[in-house]
Amino acid sequence: MIETLIPAMTEVCGADGVITDPAELRTYECDGLTSHRSIPALVVLPENAEQVAGVVRACAAAGVPFVARGSGTGLSGGALAPADGVLIVMTKMKKIIEIDPASRRAVVEPGATNLSVSKAAEPFGYFYAPDPSSQVICSIGGNVAENSGGAHCLKHGFTVNHVTGLEVVTPAGEIVWLGDGTGAAPGYDLLGAFTGSEGTLGIATKIVVRLTRIPAAVTTLLAAFGTTGEGGAAVSAIIAAGIMPAAIEMMDALSIEAAEAAVHCCYPDGAGAVLIVELDGPEADVEAETKAVREICEQAGATEIRAAADPAERAVIWAGRKSAFAAVGRISTAYIVQDGVVPRTALQDVLDRIAELSAAAGIRVANVFHAGDGNLHPLVLFEDGKPGDKEAAEELSGAILDLCIEHGGSITGEHGVGVDKSRYMPKMFGPDDLDTMQMVRCAFDPRGLCNPGKIFPTPRLCGEVPGVRRGPHPLVASGLADLL
Amino acid sequence: MADPVEGRDPVGELRSLADDCVHCGFCLPVCPTYQLWGEEMDSPRGRIHLMTQVLDGAELTDATAGHFDRCLGCMACVPACPSGVQYDQLIEAARTWVENPRDRPERGTGQDADEYHRTLRERVTRAAIFAVFPYPRRLRLLAGPLRAAQRTGLDQVIRRSSLPGRLSPELAAALRLAPPPTGRIPALPRRVPARGQRRAVVGMLTGCVQGVFFPQVNTATARVLSAEGCDVVIPNAQGCCGALSLHSGRRSEGQRLARRTIATFERAGVDTIVVNSAGCGSAMKEYRHLLADDPGWAARADALAGRVRDFAEFLADLTGPGGQAAARHPLPVTAVYHDACHLGHAQGIKAQPRALLRAIPGLELAEAGDGGTCCGSAGVYNLLQPEAARELGERKAATIQATGAQLLISANPGCSLQIATALAARGVSMPVAHTAQVLDASIRGLPVASLTRVTR
Repeated sequence: MIETLIPAMTEVCGADGVITDPAELRTYECDGLTSHRSIPALVVLPENAEQVAGVVRACAAAGVPFVARGSGTGLSGGALAPADGVLIVMTKMKKIIEIDPASRRAVVEPGATNLSVSKAAEPFGYFYAPDPSSQVICSIGGNVAENSGGAHCLKHGFTVNHVTGLEVVTPAGEIVWLGDGTGAAPGYDLLGAFTGSEGTLGIATKIVVRLTRIPAAVTTLLAAFGTTGEGGAAVSAIIAAGIMPAAIEMMDALSIEAAEAAVHCCYPDGAGAVLIVELDGPEADVEAETKAVREICEQAGATEIRAAADPAERAVIWAGRKSAFAAVGRISTAYIVQDGVVPRTALQDVLDRIAELSAAAGIRVANVFHAGDGNLHPLVLFEDGKPGDKEAAEELSGAILDLCIEHGGSITGEHGVGVDKSRYMPKMFGPDDLDTMQMVRCAFDPRGLCNPGKIFPTPRLCGEVPGVRRGPHPLVASGLADLL
Repeated sequence: MADPVEGRDPVGELRSLADDCVHCGFCLPVCPTYQLWGEEMDSPRGRIHLMTQVLDGAELTDATAGHFDRCLGCMACVPACPSGVQYDQLIEAARTWVENPRDRPERGTGQDADEYHRTLRERVTRAAIFAVFPYPRRLRLLAGPLRAAQRTGLDQVIRRSSLPGRLSPELAAALRLAPPPTGRIPALPRRVPARGQRRAVVGMLTGCVQGVFFPQVNTATARVLSAEGCDVVIPNAQGCCGALSLHSGRRSEGQRLARRTIATFERAGVDTIVVNSAGCGSAMKEYRHLLADDPGWAARADALAGRVRDFAEFLADLTGPGGQAAARHPLPVTAVYHDACHLGHAQGIKAQPRALLRAIPGLELAEAGDGGTCCGSAGVYNLLQPEAARELGERKAATIQATGAQLLISANPGCSLQIATALAARGVSMPVAHTAQVLDASIRGLPVASLTRVTR
């Protein structure tokens, strides 16, 4: 079946832009989450929007599913192509097309890495604010698909707050613009709908992002605590004092151990938890806030507080945090990176419950998280190849998500649903909610060819009436909405 | 999953090294071939995936072998990896598979023969390279005619005709890289005594490419060490340290050359062996791995590896705060220091050469904005993969040129040749010097022109 597509794809992308060798195809079988794997039938590497559109049109004509992939660092299996599908790899489209300091914006191609945008903007005094831990390599296109966050989203907001325009190839293969680059276009916010849609509504080929002024002053504090509980209390106290740090991150003892092994970040010895608090803004504000945060941490029982004296020291502090996920590879052969959200006020309760679950199952859990916005990243460690260990880890990982939902949180803060969490969607959303989401999807992709099998628990065809097992959708029945 | 392939990983060591990779992708941005092509198979993460496939029992195909061959071995991915994957060991193993493909199904494992075999032309090229490069005397013989051709302008004729390109792209590459003619350099004595109070007795490796194409670097190295209070012992029967073979999957050849080098320096009776060529120093520090399974040599290799120091590493230690014995005279010049991969990535030596150079009054150090990406030289890579090497050389030359520096400083002969060639192709004639030459000029009070005079 797919063989018949090869000539058309070669015509669009050139022979160098089409991969058919079985061993080569297999290197695209997974992204940053290796527990889900699927070997694509074909990989194509387009170099411009017209080629992307050509590939999509060829797929649409043949009824073949297709999936876009950036740098392959995703953590929910969002960029896996089905075995009969085409993987559209965007890594050759990585140009920074324009940095426009006067309008405080940049126009970039989707394969550009997150960090390359900030680097290009730096000489003009700007940076691109959302900073996922994988920012050295994750692509802006992937960030748009996942509505990626990062440590500094507490103050600066998520990807959706920084994208003001998108050139998109629709699932039918047309090139259209969503948003006008101002962030204030009238009409429905299709840009908002597209951002975070995990590649199910189309493929972004050009992205207009807002740039943020590099703050005049930055202070990074590293505070060590005996327990995560004390650290958590400090976090609540900082926010309650009306301070909005650029970032508040916490790591527990096990993740500190891993980070030390990987990058020698020299966090204080014997700490049960460390808190990284970064304050940025005008010099005077930062100075006053730094003093206040120091006092709050001392009152909460900090055993040691350090301030980074220069950018090099700041980089060392952040290196520990940003490498934490991969660094856990040094203390465990395998692990699951979980991503959940709880209200900040419930942080301690949830951490205590995770510790209980971990002890009961005899499975280690390392906690790294964006404490400021309650976004947890428990790392559930297991031994690859030890019978039953992986299953037990998966069960524990799932139980953590249940805890998040129980406490009024979410099953994902920033990694997305992908294939990994689709089964948890019905726990968080009712059938009506899911049906409404399906209707949005069908409006963009009525044939369900664009990244199928993601987000939603059961694949459904748009030809079916959503919620068909229960008769027409209430909105349709009441005449408030039309099906396509 | 198939059973592990006995012959290729008898004790499961490679499998365990490959399993350390968690597929996070942090190696991708630093990988030169990923920067060039953006393809998973030409990234460290993708190559490890391909190695895993082979370890799982997949046959070695042309495509797979090609991706291993295209790895520069620059090791930028090793320090970039948060999981501590020892990619250096993995790629070295993969290169031995490529050099020794399986001709017939393996007995006992039921593994198929490999589809992959090098073409005759590739084999001849490799054989030619490894019959010449590791042997300074043969290399000198080859270098003579190349220089003569350059002096007479014959090389321009050869280069301009498409003949070498048609005959062999490798030959064309060699012609492009042949260094400019240099004047006669007197042979180094066996021993250069310390000036002033003696602080150390060190051995010095003269190397193959360094010794033949850049003898002035060895002279400068000996003079700087002597000025800083070192007795420098230069054994005269030195051969190749084995780096080129080791980095190209020719393990047994590398082992043979390593044994010879170990014996030579054991006889020299020195505390430390100072190496001024990045690739050689890196290989010699790895001797303990190379000969770990050789009962007669493992202990000797371990002891020798522990005494190897890069020139800048050794000198920065010796002349640290207050430890400078020789005065530095001003060298008013803006220079850019290029991190050789086998110094910066493989040996982690980045700060020391910069500290040594910054200690020279008047010398301004600029930084290239590419974070130390490989220049494409990579041992004999520019002979075997000339297209990729040329593209990387062009990129490097552009970032070097953008610094506005008047002098390029590099501590590896291959890098110096590669970058000078790429700069020349852009119409930029930037002089290239080794860290030792710059220090030598400063200590002897020579003018900047002694370094920036273009010899061509």
